[in-house]
Amino acid sequence: MANLNVKIHNLEFRNPVTVASGTFGFGEEMSEFFDLNRLGGIFVKGLTVKNREGNDYPRMAETPSGMLNSVGLQNKGIDYFIEKIYPNIKHLDTHIIANVNGGTIEEYVEVTEKLNDLEKVTAIELNISCPNVKQGGMSFGISCPSAIAVTDAVRKAYKKTLIVKLSPNVTDIAEMAQAVEGAGADSVSLINTLLGMAINAETRKPVLSTVTGGLSGPAIKPVALRMVWKVYKAVKIPIFGIGGIMNATDAIEFILAGSTAIQVGTANFIDPLVSLKIIDGIEEYLHRHNIATVAELVGALEV
Amino acid sequence: MTKVIADHIVINKFSPVEGHYFIKLQSPVEIPTINPGNFAEILVDSTPEVFLRRPFSILDVHYKKKWISFYVKAIGQGSKRLGDLNKGDKVNLIYPLGNSYGIPVNAKKVLIVMGGSGIAPFILLAKELMKKNVKVVFLLGGRSSKEILLTSEFSKYGEVLMMTEDGSLGEKGLVTEHSLFKGTFDFDLVYTCGPEPMMKAVAEIAVKRGTACQASLENMMACGFGICLCCVTPTHEGNKRVCYEGPVFDVNYLKWQT
Ligand SMILES: Cc1cc2nc3c(=O)[nH]c(=O)nc-3n(C[C@H](O)[C@H](O)[C@H](O)COP(=O)(O)OP(=O)(O)OC[C@H]3O[C@@H](n4cnc5c(N)ncnc54)[C@H](O)[C@@H]3O)c2cc1C
Ligand SMILES: Cc1cc2nc3c(=O)[nH]c(=O)nc-3n(C[C@H](O)[C@H](O)[C@H](O)COP(=O)(O)O)c2cc1C
Ligand code: FES
Repeated sequence: MANLNVKIHNLEFRNPVTVASGTFGFGEEMSEFFDLNRLGGIFVKGLTVKNREGNDYPRMAETPSGMLNSVGLQNKGIDYFIEKIYPNIKHLDTHIIANVNGGTIEEYVEVTEKLNDLEKVTAIELNISCPNVKQGGMSFGISCPSAIAVTDAVRKAYKKTLIVKLSPNVTDIAEMAQAVEGAGADSVSLINTLLGMAINAETRKPVLSTVTGGLSGPAIKPVALRMVWKVYKAVKIPIFGIGGIMNATDAIEFILAGSTAIQVGTANFIDPLVSLKIIDGIEEYLHRHNIATVAELVGALEV
Repeated sequence: MTKVIADHIVINKFSPVEGHYFIKLQSPVEIPTINPGNFAEILVDSTPEVFLRRPFSILDVHYKKKWISFYVKAIGQGSKRLGDLNKGDKVNLIYPLGNSYGIPVNAKKVLIVMGGSGIAPFILLAKELMKKNVKVVFLLGGRSSKEILLTSEFSKYGEVLMMTEDGSLGEKGLVTEHSLFKGTFDFDLVYTCGPEPMMKAVAEIAVKRGTACQASLENMMACGFGICLCCVTPTHEGNKRVCYEGPVFDVNYLKWQT
């Protein structure tokens, strides 16, 4: 049997397949479909200091091979997560990774500090790339000095593995990756959604209440692959590849481009069992190509 | 794990009028209990144009014969392609999803107001109401007689009233202008499903009359099982997921109602 284990910083993952923040809730609903312990890890829905209701409906528009969303980080706040949600998921035998958001550096730090003591939250993913909030979010992730400042502050406040999620809405994502690596990130994840919009020609109105939103799904895969490749060549820390992964072949492509692990996002909406199929498919690929461990494939693109 | 995710085979398709379809599908597995108001997410095809699943209320179910049926009104690519399916074709379904209509223990007589694709959830509800000896009046609205469907089916369970905008069937006008609303209003509960402006108008009448009202919302959905937060509706307790806390809500709980 092929070895699917991968290592991110000092954490062992039983396989490289994890699920992306905002596309899997907190896992509770998904446990009705399958045994979550088969996953490499779960990136839970974005958390903020206080309750956020998010943006107005409509928050979703289907687009060719993808979708736009403008959910706007609806969540009940970090305290609610700790008191009401964490107790229901802490029995899970897989990595639970919290997605940390804020409007200011202080808010990012406040959420982070509260996560330090949750034993089963083994890492945090610092989201400096959310395009759907007015304050903070992506604005931290599109300039190097602010990305460094927030990563540095959170690094000082957090003892465990720190993953920084990068925005594709930048000129040079490799430069951003180097900046957060320098500020103490243990890993980077990319990409978050690409800014986009949808228009209803009949009504002359935008489809989303927020006019613009974040594009995800297979439509963004080629963009994401290129960015992972660029970042792989620029940093030493491991990468979580994200963007339109629908099947095992897509996942392998991301691994070849330099991802140590991958996150499955929008595909969960179409097939809640897709991650299991991806795990099995990766194993089958390794077997067919006579490769002993998936780690050998990381960045193994032949150019 | 009571949810079904499986390929189903079309065993029957019937189109009484162009653009309206009744589709019956064979399940490969035992069908879990379906409650009135539950819906399914149907993967029509996975082409670039119809990328996500589409939500449809469960019209009817036969546990022994393992079939499940839907009513589909063609409005866009996804629903059109569903309507184009033929006997023997396969589609992937996830169900049962969402909550269901509540039937208060003391209910004796209820009104069901429906329009557009809003007829679908009410066959299962009618069956349930009949089991509980609740009297039902059905009020169906549409633009013309062509849009008034399933009346013979509904008449098995109660009195059927109709209303069309062009007067081609039943009274002429909007459902909320029906003479029924002018007389004594002795219903314990009003159920409604259909276009949102219609449901809002129905809710307003019910609230004015002091009658409880449950509405089934049809917000656009990405997942349909609670994980994306795209389908929310504002309530007095914040934004709630139509696919998970709903689709059925007491109208007093919703913020859209006046
Ligand atoms: C819980 C639930 C139960 C439903 N039950 C039924 C049913 O039993 N029978 C039935 O015929 N339909 C039902 N619908 C509606 C059905 O899901 C939509 O008609 C379908 O998804 C449209 O897909 P499409 O690809 O044909 O249209 P699209 O190409 O996606 O859309 C066509 C146009 O309609 C608009 N639109 C699409 N979906 C909706 C919506 N939900 N509300 C308002 N506008 C919309 C779009 O913005 C677009 O302008 C239900 C919806 C929900 C949420
Ligand atoms: C509905 C929705 C909600 C999302 N919410 C979050 C979030 O809270 N935090 C975050 O970092 N990313 C969020 N994302 C971005 C995804 O995690 C992922 O980066 C993106 O969707 C690209 O991957 P995909 O194409 O596989 O979906 C969200 C995406 C979607 C579609
Ligand atoms: S459609 Fe995804 S949460 Fe309701």
